[in-house]
Amino acid sequence: MINGYSQSVFLLLLKSTSLVSLNWVDSLVIVLYFIFVVGIGFYLLRYTKTGEDFFLAGRRMSSWVAGLSFVAANLGSLELMGWAASAYQYGILATHWYWIGAIPAMLFLAIVMMPFYYISRTHSVPGYLKLRYGESTSMLSGVSFAFMTVLMSGINMFAMALVMKVILGWSIDFSIWVSSLTVMLYVVLGGLLSAIFNEVLQFMLIWLGALVIPVLGLIEAGGWSGMVSKIHANFPAGNYTHLWSTLGSFKDNPMGIHWTGIVFGLGFVISFGYWTTDFLVVQRLLSAKDLRSAKMAPIIGAGFKMMVPFIVILPGLLGLAVMPGLLPQQQAIATGGNSYNEVLPLMLARYAGPGLLGLGITALIAGFMSGMAGNVTAFSTVWTYDIYRPIHMKLAKKERPDEYYVKMGRWATIIGVIISIGTAYLVQQFASIMDYVQALFSFFIAPLFGTVILGMLWKRATGPGGFWGLLAGTLASVGMYVWVKLQPSALGIIALSKYAKPMADDMYRALWCWLVTVIVTIVVSYMTTPKPEAELTGLVRGCTEIPSEGHLPLVKRPIFWAGVVFAVLVILNVIFW
Amino acid sequence: MVDNKGISIWFFIGTLLLLYGIIVTGANIYQAYNPSFGRPTVLENLHFGIWWGILLIVVGLIYFIGFRPWKNANQHPD
Repeated sequence: MINGYSQSVFLLLLKSTSLVSLNWVDSLVIVLYFIFVVGIGFYLLRYTKTGEDFFLAGRRMSSWVAGLSFVAANLGSLELMGWAASAYQYGILATHWYWIGAIPAMLFLAIVMMPFYYISRTHSVPGYLKLRYGESTSMLSGVSFAFMTVLMSGINMFAMALVMKVILGWSIDFSIWVSSLTVMLYVVLGGLLSAIFNEVLQFMLIWLGALVIPVLGLIEAGGWSGMVSKIHANFPAGNYTHLWSTLGSFKDNPMGIHWTGIVFGLGFVISFGYWTTDFLVVQRLLSAKDLRSAKMAPIIGAGFKMMVPFIVILPGLLGLAVMPGLLPQQQAIATGGNSYNEVLPLMLARYAGPGLLGLGITALIAGFMSGMAGNVTAFSTVWTYDIYRPIHMKLAKKERPDEYYVKMGRWATIIGVIISIGTAYLVQQFASIMDYVQALFSFFIAPLFGTVILGMLWKRATGPGGFWGLLAGTLASVGMYVWVKLQPSALGIIALSKYAKPMADDMYRALWCWLVTVIVTIVVSYMTTPKPEAELTGLVRGCTEIPSEGHLPLVKRPIFWAGVVFAVLVILNVIFW
Repeated sequence: MVDNKGISIWFFIGTLLLLYGIIVTGANIYQAYNPSFGRPTVLENLHFGIWWGILLIVVGLIYFIGFRPWKNANQHPD
């Protein structure tokens, strides 16, 4: 998910010196990583023959592999650096994006939605919309998703290249071309199978590379209590270590947000929208070998997601304790100091000796590549099955052989990467594009969740209802965004408080446009004729027989582990209240 | 993990971690005797790199041995 970090990354361009320099041992660690990811692609080429192999990894993945890649596809390097910076700026409040802003949605996906995605045997989320609502809704969702995915991939690529320039002094061209061509090579060779395998590898490297900081940071700060005391001593006026106690009023916390925005905007609409309908992450689950694995995968992913603050938020908090004085980006540029946007690489440079620094940089590169591979594989699937295929069928009125679609998927991967590279260079020229594309991406997420969830849970939802609901919700989101851009005081109306800050805008905009989608879908559905129930089998609750898990021992039932993860989530929130 | 033909992904992970462990441990042992080899870092007296390198070797070996392809020939990699 987006946190505004990538925009501020632009200001890093103004820095002329790099933060660290690598010795040959660190470089060897990075080179080995590249050799392995490409090697895995070449090795898996032999297992990628059919469309199901290329686009769905043969539907053979275990719950662990699907679950880890589900989380890794979301763990971009900007996510790591951005949230560490946010933790330095806002304190532990940033953890909400990992806990309430992710875990309930992932568990809901596992228990409620996954059966319909999996039983319908769809290739993609737009594919599900086609089965449930028809071609027009699927095409609207598919085209917007494909377009946004490659653009977002390009933006992340450029931002990552900037980060590498600042940390290591690498040229932007070098970072863009080496990383993107590597991703392209291994995805073209092995499709989703290769992307998933590399994501599992990248997930391990992200943890083993990034974990150095919290471990040594806690030793230096004197443990958790020592860190909290140091933060209070360094920032006596701020409250950086409580999750909920400052959210009673917009004025009491540095984010300028109210608990209703966190619970309903972030915890409900935004996170449910992202985690349950963004095909980039859902695609990993469709590769599971059976329904139980497909349900367990997001639960396993949720367990790991819940621990990610340890390597992302904690370094930011440790920075507040042991490196007070990092500045907002513009102030840092003016004074020649360091910005809190650089807190993660600064902490890495503070603790990591030879080899460990290379491992930490590899973790950042791995994060970027796992995110990009997620974008590229999702794009090639949606393009091939949800955009090209229906148009071809309409024009030629005949089906192509399976091998043709595999070839198309490979070409879509290459073209997707080329468009991403082009976007990266475009963003370099016109920085404001980044703002607009990120906003554009957010326009589709919340309405899509409204459309999909009604489609799965409400038999009466009709094709026209789904289409007009999705369109109305998206336009409502665009309208609110433009309104706030033209008249900033409108933020107070949308977020229901004059003290609201831009972060609150995203939450409340998502909430309102989701409501618009739901209301329009319901109204139009009641005005139009529903599909016969026989056509809804495998797509809608009440029309679909979901295999019972009653015969399984308790420890093998997804619902049991979902309960365990949820209980841990509640306990963690109480501990850090 | 279901292995029915091919090399498991965990074997690749084990191999890479093992190599990383050897490199990190070796470089940090060398640095302990030649302090000018690396940059000065906070808490370098703990020789954390050596311990982290050993951890990587142990984790790498567990996966390397546990998922070695010559244990069960003709497996699928997933």
